[in-house]
Amino acid sequence: MLNCKSASQLVSQSLDRKLSFFERWQLKFHLFICDACHRFNQQLLQLRAMLKKMSQQTEEDVSITLSPEAKERIKEKINS
Amino acid sequence: MTQNANDWLNEHGDYLYRFALAKLRDPHQAEDAVQETMLAAIKNPSFEGQSSSRTWLTGILKHKIIDLQRKQLREQPVSDVVDLDASDTSMDDFFDNSGHWLDKPQHLDMPDNALQQSQFLSVLDGCMNKLPKKLAAIFMLRDVHDTDNEIICKELEISTTNAWVMLYRARMQLRKCLEINWVIG
Repeated sequence: MLNCKSASQLVSQSLDRKLSFFERWQLKFHLFICDACHRFNQQLLQLRAMLKKMSQQTEEDVSITLSPEAKERIKEKINS
Repeated sequence: MTQNANDWLNEHGDYLYRFALAKLRDPHQAEDAVQETMLAAIKNPSFEGQSSSRTWLTGILKHKIIDLQRKQLREQPVSDVVDLDASDTSMDDFFDNSGHWLDKPQHLDMPDNALQQSQFLSVLDGCMNKLPKKLAAIFMLRDVHDTDNEIICKELEISTTNAWVMLYRARMQLRKCLEINWVIG
C-alpha cells in the first residue's frame, strides 16, 4: 500500500515521466481513497495548466511588442 | 548578413520578444534573449533554409533562454545548492514518520480572470523567490517553459532522478506557499 508521501511523489513524477502500469494502478487506488492526495494531484495539474495558459496568452498577445528603444539598441548591436 | 538580420528583427522581433517574455517573464531579460538570438543568427546563417526563418530563429531563442537560466544558476551562492542526499529529511515538514500529511492540502482557488491572473502571478513570483534558486529554475524550465525533461537534465548536468526529486520539492513548496499566500481578493 502506498502512503501519502510516496503517493505525492508519484503524483509529481507523473508530470515528468510515464509511470509504470503497477505505479499507475497503485496511485489510482490511493487517489480514490485519499482526499488529500486527490486534491494535491488536482492542484498540480491545475497549476501547470494555468501556467501554460498564461504563457500562451503572452505569446499570442500582439499588443506586446519590443519597445522602439530596445529595437534600436539591438539594431546597433547587429550593425556594429 | 547584417541586412538579413535587420529584416529578421523587423519581421520577427516582436514575435520573438513575446515568446521570450512568456518564458522568462522579465522584459529586460526577454530583450537580451532576442538580441543574443539575432547575434547568433548572424554568425550561423547556414542553418537558414532548412526551415522558415521564424522557426529557425525561435529554435535559437529557445537555446538562449536555457542559457540565461543556466547562467543564473551558476551565479547562485554555494549555500543555495540543494543537498539532494538529504531527500528524506527535507520532507519532514510535510509528512510524519508514517508518511501521512502533517497538514493536508487545503482548497486552492485558481484565478479565472485577467486581474486575478496577474495577482496570482505576483504571489507565485514571491513564492518562487523563497525557493532555492536551483529549484525555482528547474520548475520554470519544466512547468512554465514546458521543456523536455531530457534537455533539462543535459543542460543542467543533473541525473533524471535528481530532476524528479527537485521538481517534487519545488512543487511541494510552491503549492504550500500558494496555499498560505494566495487569496482571491
